[in-house]
Amino acid sequence: MTSENQLPGEYFLSGDEACAEGAIAAGCRFFAGYPITPATEIAETMSERLPEEGGTYVQMEDELGSMAAVLGASWGGLKAMTATSGPGFSLMMENIGLGVMLETPCVVVDMQRAGPSTGLPTMTGQGDMMQARWGSHGPYSIIALSPASPQELFDLTIVAFNLSEKYRVPVLVMSEESIGHMYEKVTIPPKEKIEIIPRRKPNIPAKEYLPYVPDDDMVPPMAIAGEGYRFHVTGLTHDERGYPIMTAEVQGKLVKRLVDKIEKNSSAIIKVEEDSIEGADIVVCSYGISARVATIAVQKARAIGLRVGMLRLITVWPFPLERIREIAKNIKAFVVPEINYGQISLEVERAAAGKAKTILVPHMGGAVHDPETILEAIKQAVI
Amino acid sequence: MKITEIARIGEHPLDEMLRTDRLPHIWCPGCGLGTILGATLRAINKSGLDLDKTIMVSGIGCTGRAAGYVKLDSFHVTHGRALPFATGLKFANPDLKVVVFSGDGDMAAIGGNHLIHAARRNVDMTVICVNNFNYGMTGGQMGPTTPQSGKSTTSRSGNVEKPFNIPYLVGAAGAPFVARWTTAHIRQMERTFLEAIHKKGFSFVEVISPCPTYYGRMNEQATGLEQMRYYRYNSIVKHYANLEDVDITLGGQIVVGKFIDYNRPYLPAPVIENGK
Repeated sequence: MTSENQLPGEYFLSGDEACAEGAIAAGCRFFAGYPITPATEIAETMSERLPEEGGTYVQMEDELGSMAAVLGASWGGLKAMTATSGPGFSLMMENIGLGVMLETPCVVVDMQRAGPSTGLPTMTGQGDMMQARWGSHGPYSIIALSPASPQELFDLTIVAFNLSEKYRVPVLVMSEESIGHMYEKVTIPPKEKIEIIPRRKPNIPAKEYLPYVPDDDMVPPMAIAGEGYRFHVTGLTHDERGYPIMTAEVQGKLVKRLVDKIEKNSSAIIKVEEDSIEGADIVVCSYGISARVATIAVQKARAIGLRVGMLRLITVWPFPLERIREIAKNIKAFVVPEINYGQISLEVERAAAGKAKTILVPHMGGAVHDPETILEAIKQAVI
Repeated sequence: MKITEIARIGEHPLDEMLRTDRLPHIWCPGCGLGTILGATLRAINKSGLDLDKTIMVSGIGCTGRAAGYVKLDSFHVTHGRALPFATGLKFANPDLKVVVFSGDGDMAAIGGNHLIHAARRNVDMTVICVNNFNYGMTGGQMGPTTPQSGKSTTSRSGNVEKPFNIPYLVGAAGAPFVARWTTAHIRQMERTFLEAIHKKGFSFVEVISPCPTYYGRMNEQATGLEQMRYYRYNSIVKHYANLEDVDITLGGQIVVGKFIDYNRPYLPAPVIENGK
């Protein structure tokens, strides 16, 4: 693909390529990364496409440095991202925490593969979903999205940039090897049809600017380096001036806001896809590639007369707790297929709060579920 | 002296560049960090840089607190990651002058990989590495710069490991500007900082600095004054010294001076307009 225009049209792209194109369409102009299967093609695409768009690709020495450079670039005024897989995601946790603490917009893509450790580098997994939520130390909240197709990788990468700018938080795109390496039709809309949320800049004189005075939605406007605001920011607990203050009181105020700006705005953030939940006895709740596989099982179940609904999580974090709690009142059970030994199923169970059963359909990774396994779980759930 | 006189004297020529509302700083009596930060700010002042576009990035540790005291856009980031953070900042906006000010533990231990790669890439930034031979913030543990036999709270009987010779390391990695001074060389240090600031590419200055509270106290130099005296009588100025020979040993000589200064292509690459 060539530069200049926003490349509207229909393409046959892998998920990784679609992700890179989505980032560029969102205005991303900086990528720092380290090669890792199965996310390498994102870096390769960005290394070619970013210079065409006036952006910068830097190949860092490791994922620690990649994530640090992404934060630096964001404070330098660019929309910035990185892409990795499990082992690199683990290393990025350190500076994802700094991103949360400094309130730095950026996007991190995790093309999940089967773990733990080096695991199955070329084969799929969904084992990083809880790491996405809790992987960095300390209490915090974060946003994570789960695309189910190359098209959605394009679309949700744009959404990820928008959410990261709106809420000043790193946004995680939690995809999988299966989607990253899947080739499908991807439609790139014309530029004017793509909604872009710009950075919220301060609108007061530089001398009056304090980096962490939030607006009504708890998110502070963000100055960038070199514009004369002369601000200081630190990973230490800080007050509205950005100055380190070592007290439980300031810690309480800061951390509460960092969490609340996500959780109290969660209804504006959360997106799910629902199918025939009204009147269902069983609801299959899944995300990413597992949700796609599950639709086959759902169709088969319906064909034998079972009343099965489908709830696909597009936003995984913040978790759509209220919607699941509501659904739980009217159904027998949730069936949760995921490529791990139970992560999101625990959240579903918590949300269901005993009103409906939660049945995990685990898979240890390296392949997607056999739809028959999910179908069997649905049949068991009806009994 | 009357209190009012102190207040009048209290206005310092560098106040414009300091967050005076954050003073006094946390550094111990006898620590060299005030001296080095002072020299850094005087050099920045003299350089004619646009202060609005001069950025300081620090990592973690005693030295890492420097960014919090300067009235510039300043970033106090994670342990060891000041250099990659600064790399992202500089690539995002090449008009910025980025100064990284951090300690030996931050840059040569936990950030060691970033140090050699930033030097190899020749990222256009100025790096001031304050070496006090130990981890001061956490109470005086040994590190990769602690001289052999040097005592610390984690090497009570003396360090058995060979320390990094940082100028040799950074020079070998490709830094086109490498120098070392001690806090006893205030004028030289300031002049070298000024040169480093004007240098295009990765300019690196190591400054040997007293930590009387920990390293000094445990190694028979219990005050800042004793450490300074040691630097004064044991430093040898040797510009362009063979860097294999600038190892620091316990009680030995400290070779100081400008060791490397040449030009090579740097990043981010300058924009070439009209073929010039």
